Amino acid sequence: MNVFDNLRVAIGGISSNKLRSVLTTLGVLIGVSAVIILVAVGTGSSQAVESRINQLGTNTLTVFNTGRFGRASGTQTQVASLTIADVNALENPNNAPDVKSVSPVVSTSETATYGSATYTTTVEGSTPSYLTAEDYTVQAGSEISSQDITSHAQVVDIGSDVASNLFTTGENPLGATIMIGSTNFEVIGVLASKGTSGLTDQDAIAIAPYTAVEDHLTGYSQSFSELIVQGRSASTLNLAEAEVENVLAAQNDTTVADLPFQVLNQATLLSTVESTSSTFTVLLAAVAAISLLVGGIGVMNIMLVTVTERTHEIGIRKAIGAPKSAILTQFLFEAVLLSLIGGTVGVVIGVVGSRFKIAGVQPVIAPYSIVLAFGVSIAVGVFFGFYPANRAASLRPIDALRYE
Amino acid sequence: MSSRRLFGRRGKPLNGPRALPSRGAAAPVSPLPGGGRRPVVVLRAVTKTYKAGEVEVHALRRVSLTVEAGDFVAIMGASGSGKSTMMNIIGCLDVPTRGHYWLEGVDVRELEDSDLSRIRNRKIGFVFQNYNLVPRTTALANVELALAYGGVKPKERHARAMAALREVGLEDRSHHLPSEMSGGQQQRAAIARALVTAPALILADEPTGNLDTASSNEVMAIFSRLNAEGRTVVIITHEQDIASFARRIVRLRDGQIYEDSRIVPVHTSDTRMEQREAPAEAAPASGNLSGGAS
Repeated sequence: MNVFDNLRVAIGGISSNKLRSVLTTLGVLIGVSAVIILVAVGTGSSQAVESRINQLGTNTLTVFNTGRFGRASGTQTQVASLTIADVNALENPNNAPDVKSVSPVVSTSETATYGSATYTTTVEGSTPSYLTAEDYTVQAGSEISSQDITSHAQVVDIGSDVASNLFTTGENPLGATIMIGSTNFEVIGVLASKGTSGLTDQDAIAIAPYTAVEDHLTGYSQSFSELIVQGRSASTLNLAEAEVENVLAAQNDTTVADLPFQVLNQATLLSTVESTSSTFTVLLAAVAAISLLVGGIGVMNIMLVTVTERTHEIGIRKAIGAPKSAILTQFLFEAVLLSLIGGTVGVVIGVVGSRFKIAGVQPVIAPYSIVLAFGVSIAVGVFFGFYPANRAASLRPIDALRYE
Repeated sequence: MSSRRLFGRRGKPLNGPRALPSRGAAAPVSPLPGGGRRPVVVLRAVTKTYKAGEVEVHALRRVSLTVEAGDFVAIMGASGSGKSTMMNIIGCLDVPTRGHYWLEGVDVRELEDSDLSRIRNRKIGFVFQNYNLVPRTTALANVELALAYGGVKPKERHARAMAALREVGLEDRSHHLPSEMSGGQQQRAAIARALVTAPALILADEPTGNLDTASSNEVMAIFSRLNAEGRTVVIITHEQDIASFARRIVRLRDGQIYEDSRIVPVHTSDTRMEQREAPAEAAPASGNLSGGAS
């Protein structure tokens, strides 16, 4: 008996009960495609989160006001705030040598109007360094400048979504005057699209000088909602973080431990998210692996039934001189063929299924998952096929022949 | 014919039965006739006991039997006489509890499982009462299967299988499944499968048990013809009509041989007549048989 003989016999065995073979195959098929799709979903979602964080810029620190009470001198307490004095202190290279730029941010949400078109957008009042720190580039027109800040100019760089929603007829937004809230702003630049990632639409944004935003939209309050601090490099970001904390503590007459601000390090965030999402992926893969295991048990179950059903046939084969190895090979081939068919179709379904968005995540196929799922499906066939096949091969011919 | 070569060849030196002193066997044993002829089957004091719960069942009690090459032996007996056990032992499907069995000089008790399957494949051709063709497999594939297990190359397999089917007159049914053939045809396919490996012994267990008279005669004619060509045939039956096709009838009762009678002398290709213990009416009977076969 060569390989082709065994293959022919195995195909004959499988096709003798088509429905049962299809159902058995289905178990492996679901397992394999589940492994591929779920790992792809896990990989896809972690990549989405990572790219979102990367878009924020990996060498930036965000300083938030946590709203805690700041310095308590005597009987007087006052709410701590991020002021222009803090910004100036941080920008001093003697205080914080690893800080490249500090962008104060005044943030609000406003309705922008142009003609009859309206669109609700985030308005970020900041400085020119904000665009670099947040990785925005101007696709057409120019960025807001330092002069615009000092002159409180009512100019704005708009995100691509704002542009497309306000200028629906395709006219050039540059130089146009749009209304934000109840104030006119001149569009001086359109930002290149950063795409949507997760929670926020990063293209629904309007960036204007913080002075103008304070004047006309939020009101002058001497405080900023956050500071975007850009480090000199990703490797010295932790140093920059410490410097920022020390400077702010000194500015507010407090210690680093009691600092009323939170300094968020994007690199730390990234690694946290990475570890979270890899746990998520492993969890998904484990669930899928269990379904593959269940499929394997299905193969074993059916092979045991098949061996019982064909006991008499095994007896005939043994009587005409089939050695133990031939019977073993025959049933092992059949089991492996079942799981191989399931594995192959499962890979196809897994790859096709991964092309669709699942639960808002675009799955990204991990090549290792295909190799793994396919390999495991064959291993499942061998492993779960061996016991029934060995049982068949070990039957005594005389007993097997007598079995009806 | 490859089978003729097999029979014409001188056997390996026997390491057992000839050297063995003839112990006083419990059953009457027919002495070895024809000094030069090679025995195919030699059973010496074979005992087989089964355990049925607490009780020991003695299926065979110290049976000794010798079947020569070219003989046609019918083993007869009622159910429970031990004839099926004997068939299983001769066919290497089962091993004796005590005693010895030499098949073409090889002591099967000393053989491993894998050697036994090789022996079943090369030296024994089985024909069963219920045909026992592998289901969902064509007549041709069934016949080829025996060769496949023997490691014969696919091309040679096909040619030999077709020749065997032609020999039983089934070449036009070669691509039929067992379910598409009549009982007689299935049994003929089974005979083709048994003879395709050119075995030393064709062993048939109630080969006509499930067949009507016409098919029975057809099948028995084939056995007679195969024997006339020099093949050794042992059939197990309880029907006198069927046994009458044989040259020698061995009767079993309660696990022992109680009668062993030769009807027609052993026919071989080299020694045509061997009249030492054959009855006088042997020759005409033989003529009738070959006439019925054609």
